[in-house]
Amino acid sequence: MSDQPSILPLAIEGLSYEIGGCRLVGVDRALITKGRRTVVLGPNGAGKTLFLKLCHGLIAPSQGTVAFAGGIKPAARRQAMVLQRPVLLRRSVAGNLRHALAVAGFGYLERRRRTVRMLDQFGLADLSDRPARVLSGGEQQRLAIARAVSVEPELLFLDEPASGLDPSATRQIEEILLGLHADGLTWVMTTHDLAQARRLADDILFFHAGRLIEAAPADRFFAEPDTDAARAFLESRLFW
Amino acid sequence: MVDSTMMLSSLWDLLPVRDPAFFDIILLSLKVTLTAVGAAGLIGLPVGAALALGRFPGRPILIVIINAFMGLPPVVAGLAVFLLLSRSGPLGQFGLLFSPAAMMVAQFGLVLPIIIALSRQTIEDLWLEYREQLTSMGAGRLRAIPTLLWDARFSLVTSLLAGLGRAFAEVGAILIVGGNVAGFTRTMTTAIALETSKGDLPLALGLGAVLMALTLVINALAFAVSRLGARFAG
Repeated sequence: MSDQPSILPLAIEGLSYEIGGCRLVGVDRALITKGRRTVVLGPNGAGKTLFLKLCHGLIAPSQGTVAFAGGIKPAARRQAMVLQRPVLLRRSVAGNLRHALAVAGFGYLERRRRTVRMLDQFGLADLSDRPARVLSGGEQQRLAIARAVSVEPELLFLDEPASGLDPSATRQIEEILLGLHADGLTWVMTTHDLAQARRLADDILFFHAGRLIEAAPADRFFAEPDTDAARAFLESRLFW
Repeated sequence: MVDSTMMLSSLWDLLPVRDPAFFDIILLSLKVTLTAVGAAGLIGLPVGAALALGRFPGRPILIVIINAFMGLPPVVAGLAVFLLLSRSGPLGQFGLLFSPAAMMVAQFGLVLPIIIALSRQTIEDLWLEYREQLTSMGAGRLRAIPTLLWDARFSLVTSLLAGLGRAFAEVGAILIVGGNVAGFTRTMTTAIALETSKGDLPLALGLGAVLMALTLVINALAFAVSRLGARFAG
Protein backbone atom coordinates (compact mmCIF):
# COMPACT_ATOMS: atom_id res chain seq x y z
CA MET A 1 0.00 0.00 0.00
CA SER A 2 3.04 2.25 0.12
CA ASP A 3 2.59 3.08 -3.53
CA GLN A 4 -0.58 4.96 -2.74
CA PRO A 5 -0.36 8.65 -1.81
CA SER A 6 -0.22 9.22 1.92
CA ILE A 7 -3.40 10.08 3.77
CA LEU A 8 -1.35 12.16 6.22
CA PRO A 9 -1.19 14.78 7.54
CA LEU A 10 -4.69 14.72 8.94
CA ALA A 11 -5.99 18.28 9.33
CA ILE A 12 -8.80 19.08 11.74
CA GLU A 13 -10.46 22.49 11.38
CA GLY A 14 -13.24 24.17 13.30
CA LEU A 15 -14.43 20.83 14.58
CA SER A 16 -17.34 20.63 16.94
CA TYR A 17 -19.64 17.87 18.06
CA GLU A 18 -22.93 18.74 19.71
CA ILE A 19 -25.81 16.78 21.12
CA GLY A 20 -29.02 18.66 21.79
CA GLY A 21 -27.28 22.03 21.52
CA CYS A 22 -24.69 21.01 24.11
CA ARG A 23 -21.16 21.15 22.76
CA LEU A 24 -19.18 18.10 23.79
CA VAL A 25 -16.04 18.58 21.71
CA GLY A 26 -14.50 21.68 20.19
CA VAL A 27 -11.24 21.76 18.27
CA ASP A 28 -10.25 24.94 16.41
CA ARG A 29 -7.31 23.43 14.62
CA ALA A 30 -5.14 20.36 14.97
CA LEU A 31 -2.74 18.43 12.80
CA ILE A 32 -1.82 14.74 12.94
CA THR A 33 1.60 14.49 11.36
CA LYS A 34 3.07 11.46 9.65
CA GLY A 35 5.60 9.59 11.72
CA ARG A 36 4.80 11.42 14.96
CA ARG A 37 3.45 9.66 18.02
CA THR A 38 0.50 11.79 19.03
CA VAL A 39 -0.93 11.42 22.50
CA VAL A 40 -4.30 12.92 23.28
CA LEU A 41 -4.08 13.79 26.95
CA GLY A 42 -6.62 15.00 29.43
CA PRO A 43 -8.76 14.01 32.40
CA ASN A 44 -11.81 11.77 32.15
CA GLY A 45 -14.66 13.44 30.32
CA ALA A 46 -12.40 15.88 28.48
CA GLY A 47 -13.65 14.72 25.10
CA LYS A 48 -10.68 12.54 24.11
CA THR A 49 -12.72 9.55 23.02
CA LEU A 50 -15.18 11.64 21.02
CA PHE A 51 -12.28 13.45 19.35
CA LEU A 52 -10.79 10.12 18.30
CA LYS A 53 -14.11 8.82 17.00
CA LEU A 54 -14.60 12.03 15.03
CA CYS A 55 -11.16 11.67 13.44
CA HIS A 56 -11.74 7.99 12.70
CA GLY A 57 -15.13 8.78 11.19
CA LEU A 58 -17.25 6.70 13.56
CA ILE A 59 -19.34 9.78 14.31
CA ALA A 60 -19.98 12.78 12.13
CA PRO A 61 -19.05 16.27 13.33
CA SER A 62 -21.76 18.87 13.84
CA GLN A 63 -19.45 21.41 12.30
CA GLY A 64 -15.97 21.55 10.87
CA THR A 65 -13.85 19.15 8.89
CA VAL A 66 -11.54 16.22 9.35
CA ALA A 67 -9.49 16.19 6.17
CA PHE A 68 -6.94 13.63 5.07
CA ALA A 69 -4.09 14.77 2.84
CA GLY A 70 -5.05 15.54 -0.73
CA GLY A 71 -8.70 15.57 0.20
CA ILE A 72 -8.98 11.81 -0.27
CA LYS A 73 -11.57 9.90 1.63
CA PRO A 74 -9.47 6.89 2.52
CA ALA A 75 -10.72 3.35 2.34
CA ALA A 76 -11.62 2.01 5.76
CA ARG A 77 -8.51 -0.13 5.90
CA ARG A 78 -6.09 2.79 5.59
CA GLN A 79 -6.94 4.12 9.02
CA ALA A 80 -8.04 1.84 11.81
CA MET A 81 -9.08 2.20 15.40
CA VAL A 82 -8.79 0.16 18.57
CA LEU A 83 -11.81 1.04 20.66
CA GLN A 84 -11.55 1.55 24.38
CA ARG A 85 -13.46 -1.66 24.92
CA PRO A 86 -12.70 -3.60 21.75
CA VAL A 87 -15.42 -6.06 20.79
CA LEU A 88 -13.85 -9.40 19.98
CA LEU A 89 -16.02 -11.67 17.89
CA ARG A 90 -17.32 -14.99 19.18
CA ARG A 91 -14.69 -16.89 17.25
CA SER A 92 -11.18 -18.13 17.74
CA VAL A 93 -8.22 -15.76 17.95
CA ALA A 94 -7.24 -16.60 14.37
CA GLY A 95 -10.89 -16.32 13.32
CA ASN A 96 -11.00 -12.74 14.55
CA LEU A 97 -7.99 -11.85 12.43
CA ARG A 98 -9.33 -13.64 9.37
CA HIS A 99 -12.66 -11.87 9.71
CA ALA A 100 -11.08 -8.41 9.87
CA LEU A 101 -9.01 -9.22 6.79
CA ALA A 102 -12.07 -10.51 4.95
CA VAL A 103 -14.01 -7.35 5.73
CA ALA A 104 -11.07 -5.33 4.40
CA GLY A 105 -11.35 -7.29 1.16
CA PHE A 106 -8.27 -9.52 1.23
CA GLY A 107 -8.38 -12.81 -0.66
CA TYR A 108 -8.22 -16.24 0.95
CA LEU A 109 -4.47 -16.85 0.64
CA GLU A 110 -3.56 -13.36 1.73
CA ARG A 111 -5.84 -13.72 4.75
CA ARG A 112 -4.12 -16.91 5.80
CA ARG A 113 -0.66 -15.47 5.26
CA ARG A 114 -1.33 -12.33 7.25
CA THR A 115 -3.12 -14.17 10.02
CA VAL A 116 -0.08 -16.35 10.63
CA ARG A 117 2.19 -13.34 10.55
CA MET A 118 0.06 -11.38 13.01
CA LEU A 119 -0.20 -14.32 15.40
CA ASP A 120 3.60 -14.57 15.46
CA GLN A 121 4.26 -10.87 15.65
CA PHE A 122 1.90 -10.38 18.59
CA GLY A 123 2.81 -13.50 20.51
CA LEU A 124 -0.59 -15.08 19.98
CA ALA A 125 0.48 -18.15 18.01
CA ASP A 126 -0.13 -20.54 20.92
CA LEU A 127 -3.58 -19.06 21.47
CA SER A 128 -4.60 -19.19 17.84
CA ASP A 129 -7.47 -21.68 18.28
CA ARG A 130 -8.70 -20.35 21.62
CA PRO A 131 -12.08 -18.59 21.73
CA ALA A 132 -11.06 -14.91 21.70
CA ARG A 133 -13.39 -13.93 24.49
CA VAL A 134 -11.82 -16.16 27.11
CA LEU A 135 -8.37 -14.58 26.75
CA SER A 136 -6.95 -12.45 29.55
CA GLY A 137 -7.32 -8.68 29.37
CA GLY A 138 -3.78 -8.18 28.11
CA GLU A 139 -4.12 -10.90 25.48
CA GLN A 140 -7.45 -9.48 24.33
CA GLN A 141 -5.90 -6.05 23.94
CA ARG A 142 -2.99 -7.50 21.97
CA LEU A 143 -5.44 -9.30 19.70
CA ALA A 144 -7.44 -6.10 19.25
CA ILE A 145 -4.30 -4.24 18.17
CA ALA A 146 -3.19 -7.12 15.95
CA ARG A 147 -6.61 -7.14 14.31
CA ALA A 148 -6.49 -3.40 13.69
CA VAL A 149 -2.99 -3.42 12.16
CA SER A 150 -3.51 -6.67 10.21
CA VAL A 151 -5.01 -4.63 7.36
CA GLU A 152 -1.86 -2.46 7.31
CA PRO A 153 -3.36 0.92 8.02
CA GLU A 154 -1.22 4.00 7.66
CA LEU A 155 -2.83 5.61 10.67
CA LEU A 156 -4.05 3.90 13.84
CA PHE A 157 -6.21 5.41 16.55
CA LEU A 158 -6.09 3.80 19.99
CA ASP A 159 -8.47 4.77 22.77
CA GLU A 160 -6.88 4.14 26.17
CA PRO A 161 -5.10 1.02 24.89
CA ALA A 162 -3.70 0.10 28.29
CA SER A 163 -6.57 1.01 30.57
CA GLY A 164 -7.34 -1.65 33.10
CA LEU A 165 -4.18 -3.63 32.44
CA ASP A 166 -1.56 -4.54 35.01
CA PRO A 167 1.91 -2.93 34.79
CA SER A 168 3.53 -5.74 32.81
CA ALA A 169 0.69 -5.99 30.30
CA THR A 170 0.78 -2.20 30.01
CA ARG A 171 4.49 -2.32 29.27
CA GLN A 172 3.89 -4.99 26.68
CA ILE A 173 1.31 -2.81 24.93
CA GLU A 174 3.63 0.20 25.04
CA GLU A 175 6.45 -1.81 23.54
CA ILE A 176 4.14 -3.02 20.78
CA LEU A 177 3.16 0.58 20.06
CA LEU A 178 6.78 1.73 19.92
CA GLY A 179 7.60 -1.20 17.64
CA LEU A 180 4.73 -0.39 15.30
CA HIS A 181 5.89 3.21 15.15
CA ALA A 182 9.41 2.08 14.31
CA ASP A 183 7.92 0.03 11.46
CA GLY A 184 6.39 3.16 9.99
CA LEU A 185 2.89 3.23 11.47
CA THR A 186 1.61 6.61 12.61
CA TRP A 187 -0.63 6.36 15.64
CA VAL A 188 -2.75 8.57 17.83
CA MET A 189 -3.68 7.38 21.29
CA THR A 190 -5.63 8.78 24.19
CA THR A 191 -4.61 8.42 27.78
CA HIS A 192 -5.18 10.07 31.12
CA ASP A 193 -1.97 8.53 32.42
CA LEU A 194 0.71 11.20 32.63
CA ALA A 195 3.61 8.82 33.01
CA GLN A 196 2.49 6.89 29.95
CA ALA A 197 2.19 10.09 27.95
CA ARG A 198 5.75 11.03 28.93
CA ARG A 199 7.02 7.63 27.85
CA LEU A 200 5.28 7.55 24.49
CA ALA A 201 4.50 10.99 23.13
CA ASP A 202 6.16 13.07 20.44
CA ASP A 203 3.24 15.46 20.29
CA ILE A 204 0.61 16.22 22.89
CA LEU A 205 -2.94 17.30 22.28
CA PHE A 206 -4.27 18.40 25.64
CA PHE A 207 -8.01 18.41 26.15
CA HIS A 208 -9.89 20.06 28.93
CA ALA A 209 -13.66 20.23 29.36
CA GLY A 210 -14.31 19.23 25.77
CA ARG A 211 -11.87 21.65 24.18
CA LEU A 212 -8.43 21.17 22.71
CA ILE A 213 -6.59 23.85 24.63
CA GLU A 214 -2.97 22.96 23.99
CA ALA A 215 -1.13 21.31 21.12
CA ALA A 216 2.62 21.12 21.47
CA PRO A 217 5.63 18.86 21.15
CA ALA A 218 5.80 16.65 24.23
CA ASP A 219 9.06 18.01 25.68
CA ARG A 220 7.80 21.57 25.54
CA PHE A 221 4.39 20.65 26.91
CA PHE A 222 5.82 18.86 29.91
CA ALA A 223 8.48 21.53 30.56
CA GLU A 224 6.34 24.63 30.28
CA PRO A 225 2.64 24.21 29.57
CA ASP A 226 0.87 27.32 28.36
CA THR A 227 -2.41 26.97 30.19
CA ASP A 228 -3.42 26.81 33.82
CA ALA A 229 -5.50 23.72 33.16
CA ALA A 230 -2.51 21.85 31.75
CA ARG A 231 -0.30 22.98 34.61
CA ALA A 232 -2.88 21.78 37.09
CA PHE A 233 -3.18 18.44 35.30
CA LEU A 234 0.59 17.96 35.28
CA GLU A 235 0.71 18.68 38.99
CA SER A 236 -2.34 16.47 39.58
CA ARG A 237 -4.19 19.39 41.08
CA LEU A 238 -7.92 19.79 40.78
CA PHE A 239 -8.87 22.41 38.24
CA TRP A 240 -12.42 23.33 37.43
CA MET B 1 -59.52 -49.76 30.69
CA VAL B 2 -55.99 -50.66 29.87
CA ASP B 3 -53.73 -51.60 32.72
CA SER B 4 -50.35 -49.98 32.73
CA THR B 5 -48.14 -53.07 32.55
CA MET B 6 -50.01 -54.16 29.47
CA MET B 7 -49.53 -50.71 28.03
CA LEU B 8 -45.81 -50.86 28.61
CA SER B 9 -45.38 -54.36 27.24
CA SER B 10 -47.46 -53.68 24.16
CA LEU B 11 -45.43 -50.54 23.67
CA TRP B 12 -42.27 -52.57 23.83
CA ASP B 13 -43.67 -55.23 21.50
CA LEU B 14 -44.86 -52.67 19.05
CA LEU B 15 -41.80 -50.49 18.72
CA PRO B 16 -39.86 -52.86 16.46
CA VAL B 17 -40.77 -54.29 13.10
CA ARG B 18 -44.12 -55.92 13.72
CA ASP B 19 -46.15 -53.17 12.09
CA PRO B 20 -44.57 -52.17 8.78
CA ALA B 21 -46.56 -48.93 8.80
CA PHE B 22 -44.77 -47.89 11.98
CA PHE B 23 -41.47 -46.99 10.36
CA ASP B 24 -43.08 -45.49 7.29
CA ILE B 25 -45.00 -43.14 9.53
CA ILE B 26 -41.89 -42.12 11.46
CA LEU B 27 -39.90 -41.65 8.28
CA LEU B 28 -42.56 -39.50 6.69
CA SER B 29 -42.80 -37.37 9.84
CA LEU B 30 -39.07 -36.82 9.81
CA LYS B 31 -39.03 -36.03 6.10
CA VAL B 32 -41.88 -33.54 6.23
CA THR B 33 -40.74 -31.71 9.35
CA LEU B 34 -37.02 -31.62 8.58
CA THR B 35 -37.68 -30.32 5.07
CA ALA B 36 -40.12 -27.70 6.31
CA VAL B 37 -37.82 -26.49 9.10
CA GLY B 38 -34.76 -26.63 6.84
CA ALA B 39 -36.42 -24.43 4.26
CA ALA B 40 -37.80 -22.11 6.94
CA GLY B 41 -34.30 -21.78 8.39
CA LEU B 42 -32.73 -21.10 5.04
CA ILE B 43 -35.15 -18.26 4.45
CA GLY B 44 -35.98 -17.23 8.00
CA LEU B 45 -32.44 -16.65 9.31
CA PRO B 46 -31.34 -14.13 6.67
CA VAL B 47 -34.77 -12.49 6.68
CA GLY B 48 -34.60 -12.22 10.48
CA ALA B 49 -31.15 -10.67 10.21
CA ALA B 50 -32.28 -8.25 7.52
CA LEU B 51 -35.25 -7.29 9.65
CA ALA B 52 -32.93 -6.72 12.61
CA LEU B 53 -30.61 -4.40 10.67
CA GLY B 54 -32.96 -2.94 8.10
CA ARG B 55 -34.32 0.57 8.25
CA PHE B 56 -37.56 1.07 6.38
CA PRO B 57 -41.00 2.52 7.06
CA GLY B 58 -43.41 0.07 8.62
CA ARG B 59 -40.64 -1.99 10.24
CA PRO B 60 -42.16 -1.91 13.76
CA ILE B 61 -45.55 -3.00 12.42
CA LEU B 62 -43.94 -5.83 10.47
CA ILE B 63 -42.09 -6.99 13.59
CA VAL B 64 -45.30 -7.00 15.64
CA ILE B 65 -47.14 -8.95 12.94
CA ILE B 66 -44.40 -11.57 12.66
CA ASN B 67 -44.22 -11.88 16.43
CA ALA B 68 -47.98 -12.40 16.50
CA PHE B 69 -47.71 -15.12 13.86
CA MET B 70 -45.49 -17.10 16.22
CA GLY B 71 -48.68 -18.00 18.03
CA LEU B 72 -50.62 -18.84 14.88
CA PRO B 73 -53.00 -21.74 15.66
CA PRO B 74 -51.94 -24.69 13.50
CA VAL B 75 -55.50 -25.36 12.35
CA VAL B 76 -55.74 -21.83 11.02
CA ALA B 77 -52.44 -22.25 9.18
CA GLY B 78 -53.79 -25.52 7.82
CA LEU B 79 -56.99 -23.85 6.69
CA ALA B 80 -55.05 -21.10 4.93
CA VAL B 81 -52.81 -23.57 3.10
CA PHE B 82 -55.88 -25.68 2.29
CA LEU B 83 -57.58 -22.71 0.62
CA LEU B 84 -54.35 -21.87 -1.17
CA LEU B 85 -53.84 -25.36 -2.57
CA SER B 86 -57.43 -26.52 -3.12
CA ARG B 87 -58.61 -27.05 -6.71
CA SER B 88 -60.15 -23.59 -6.97
CA GLY B 89 -57.42 -21.89 -4.97
CA PRO B 90 -54.64 -19.73 -6.45
CA LEU B 91 -52.16 -22.64 -6.42
CA GLY B 92 -54.77 -25.31 -7.15
CA GLN B 93 -53.37 -26.17 -10.57
CA PHE B 94 -50.39 -27.95 -9.03
CA GLY B 95 -52.64 -30.52 -7.35
CA LEU B 96 -50.61 -30.47 -4.14
CA LEU B 97 -53.42 -30.83 -1.67
CA PHE B 98 -53.37 -34.06 0.37
CA SER B 99 -49.72 -34.70 -0.42
CA PRO B 100 -46.54 -34.60 1.70
CA ALA B 101 -45.63 -31.42 -0.18
CA ALA B 102 -48.76 -29.71 1.13
CA MET B 103 -47.83 -30.71 4.67
CA MET B 104 -44.36 -29.29 4.19
CA VAL B 105 -45.85 -26.01 2.99
CA ALA B 106 -48.15 -25.83 6.02
CA GLN B 107 -45.37 -26.55 8.50
CA PHE B 108 -43.08 -24.14 6.70
CA GLY B 109 -45.70 -21.45 7.21
CA LEU B 110 -45.99 -22.31 10.88
CA VAL B 111 -42.28 -22.39 11.61
CA LEU B 112 -41.11 -19.47 9.46
CA PRO B 113 -42.50 -16.72 11.75
CA ILE B 114 -40.90 -18.41 14.76
CA ILE B 115 -37.50 -18.52 13.13
CA ILE B 116 -37.73 -14.98 11.77
CA ALA B 117 -38.91 -13.52 15.07
CA LEU B 118 -36.37 -15.33 17.25
CA SER B 119 -33.43 -14.66 14.94
CA ARG B 120 -34.48 -11.02 14.53
CA GLN B 121 -34.32 -10.54 18.28
CA THR B 122 -31.00 -12.39 18.61
CA ILE B 123 -29.33 -10.54 15.74
CA GLU B 124 -30.61 -7.17 16.88
CA ASP B 125 -29.14 -7.65 20.34
CA LEU B 126 -25.83 -8.74 18.89
CA TRP B 127 -25.77 -5.83 16.44
CA LEU B 128 -26.14 -3.46 19.37
CA GLU B 129 -22.97 -4.95 20.81
CA TYR B 130 -21.00 -5.22 17.54
CA ARG B 131 -22.17 -2.14 15.72
CA GLU B 132 -19.40 0.28 16.58
CA GLN B 133 -16.68 -2.31 16.12
CA LEU B 134 -17.92 -3.52 12.75
CA THR B 135 -18.48 0.02 11.51
CA SER B 136 -14.94 0.90 12.53
CA MET B 137 -13.64 -2.08 10.54
CA GLY B 138 -15.46 -0.82 7.48
CA ALA B 139 -18.34 -3.29 7.49
CA GLY B 140 -21.68 -1.74 6.59
CA ARG B 141 -25.02 -3.19 7.58
CA LEU B 142 -25.13 -5.53 4.62
CA ARG B 143 -21.63 -6.89 5.29
CA ALA B 144 -22.52 -7.21 8.97
CA ILE B 145 -25.30 -9.73 8.29
CA PRO B 146 -23.10 -12.80 7.62
CA THR B 147 -20.81 -11.83 10.51
CA LEU B 148 -23.74 -11.56 12.90
CA LEU B 149 -25.38 -14.77 11.64
CA TRP B 150 -22.16 -16.68 12.30
CA ASP B 151 -21.46 -15.09 15.67
CA ALA B 152 -25.03 -15.77 16.81
CA ARG B 153 -24.81 -19.35 15.52
CA PHE B 154 -25.45 -21.04 18.85
CA SER B 155 -28.54 -18.99 19.67
CA LEU B 156 -29.79 -19.40 16.12
CA VAL B 157 -29.48 -23.18 16.25
CA THR B 158 -31.59 -23.03 19.39
CA SER B 159 -34.30 -21.12 17.53
CA LEU B 160 -34.16 -23.70 14.73
CA LEU B 161 -34.65 -26.40 17.35
CA ALA B 162 -37.60 -24.49 18.78
CA GLY B 163 -39.13 -24.52 15.31
CA LEU B 164 -38.37 -28.21 14.98
CA GLY B 165 -40.07 -29.00 18.27
CA ARG B 166 -43.18 -27.10 17.25
CA ALA B 167 -43.35 -28.76 13.84
CA PHE B 168 -42.91 -32.31 15.14
CA ALA B 169 -45.62 -31.88 17.75
CA GLU B 170 -48.07 -30.18 15.44
CA VAL B 171 -51.14 -32.04 14.20
CA GLY B 172 -53.85 -29.56 13.14
CA ALA B 173 -52.24 -28.13 10.03
CA ILE B 174 -50.95 -31.36 8.50
CA LEU B 175 -54.20 -33.16 9.25
CA ILE B 176 -56.13 -30.59 7.24
CA VAL B 177 -53.82 -30.31 4.24
CA GLY B 178 -52.42 -33.86 4.30
CA GLY B 179 -55.63 -35.69 4.91
CA ASN B 180 -53.98 -38.46 6.99
CA VAL B 181 -53.95 -40.85 4.03
CA ALA B 182 -52.48 -44.20 5.13
CA GLY B 183 -49.03 -44.85 3.71
CA PHE B 184 -48.96 -41.47 2.01
CA THR B 185 -49.60 -38.56 4.35
CA ARG B 186 -49.94 -40.29 7.69
CA THR B 187 -47.44 -38.88 10.20
CA MET B 188 -46.83 -39.65 13.85
CA THR B 189 -49.18 -37.02 15.20
CA THR B 190 -52.01 -37.63 12.74
CA ALA B 191 -51.68 -41.38 13.22
CA ILE B 192 -51.88 -40.99 16.99
CA ALA B 193 -55.01 -38.87 16.65
CA LEU B 194 -56.62 -41.43 14.36
CA GLU B 195 -55.52 -44.62 16.14
CA THR B 196 -56.61 -43.27 19.50
CA SER B 197 -60.10 -42.54 18.25
CA LYS B 198 -60.18 -45.94 16.54
CA GLY B 199 -59.11 -47.57 19.79
CA ASP B 200 -55.79 -48.97 18.51
CA LEU B 201 -53.96 -47.75 21.54
CA PRO B 202 -50.74 -49.80 21.14
CA LEU B 203 -49.79 -48.17 17.85
CA ALA B 204 -50.75 -44.76 19.21
CA LEU B 205 -48.64 -45.37 22.31
CA GLY B 206 -45.68 -46.61 20.31
CA LEU B 207 -45.72 -43.53 18.13
CA GLY B 208 -46.25 -41.36 21.17
CA ALA B 209 -43.16 -42.81 22.76
CA VAL B 210 -41.09 -42.11 19.66
CA LEU B 211 -42.41 -38.57 19.56
CA MET B 212 -41.49 -38.04 23.20
CA ALA B 213 -38.04 -39.45 22.63
CA LEU B 214 -37.59 -37.10 19.69
CA THR B 215 -38.64 -34.12 21.80
CA LEU B 216 -36.18 -35.19 24.45
CA VAL B 217 -33.38 -35.40 21.91
CA ILE B 218 -34.21 -31.96 20.50
CA ASN B 219 -34.12 -30.42 23.95
CA ALA B 220 -30.90 -32.18 24.86
CA LEU B 221 -29.38 -30.83 21.66
CA ALA B 222 -30.59 -27.31 22.47
CA PHE B 223 -29.03 -27.58 25.90
CA ALA B 224 -25.73 -28.88 24.55
CA VAL B 225 -25.59 -26.15 21.91
CA SER B 226 -26.17 -23.39 24.43
CA ARG B 227 -23.44 -24.84 26.68
CA LEU B 228 -21.09 -24.88 23.71
CA GLY B 229 -22.07 -21.32 22.85
CA ALA B 230 -21.26 -20.12 26.34
CA ARG B 231 -17.67 -21.22 25.84
CA PHE B 232 -17.28 -18.98 22.83
CA ALA B 233 -19.23 -16.05 24.24
CA GLY B 234 -16.75 -15.79 27.12
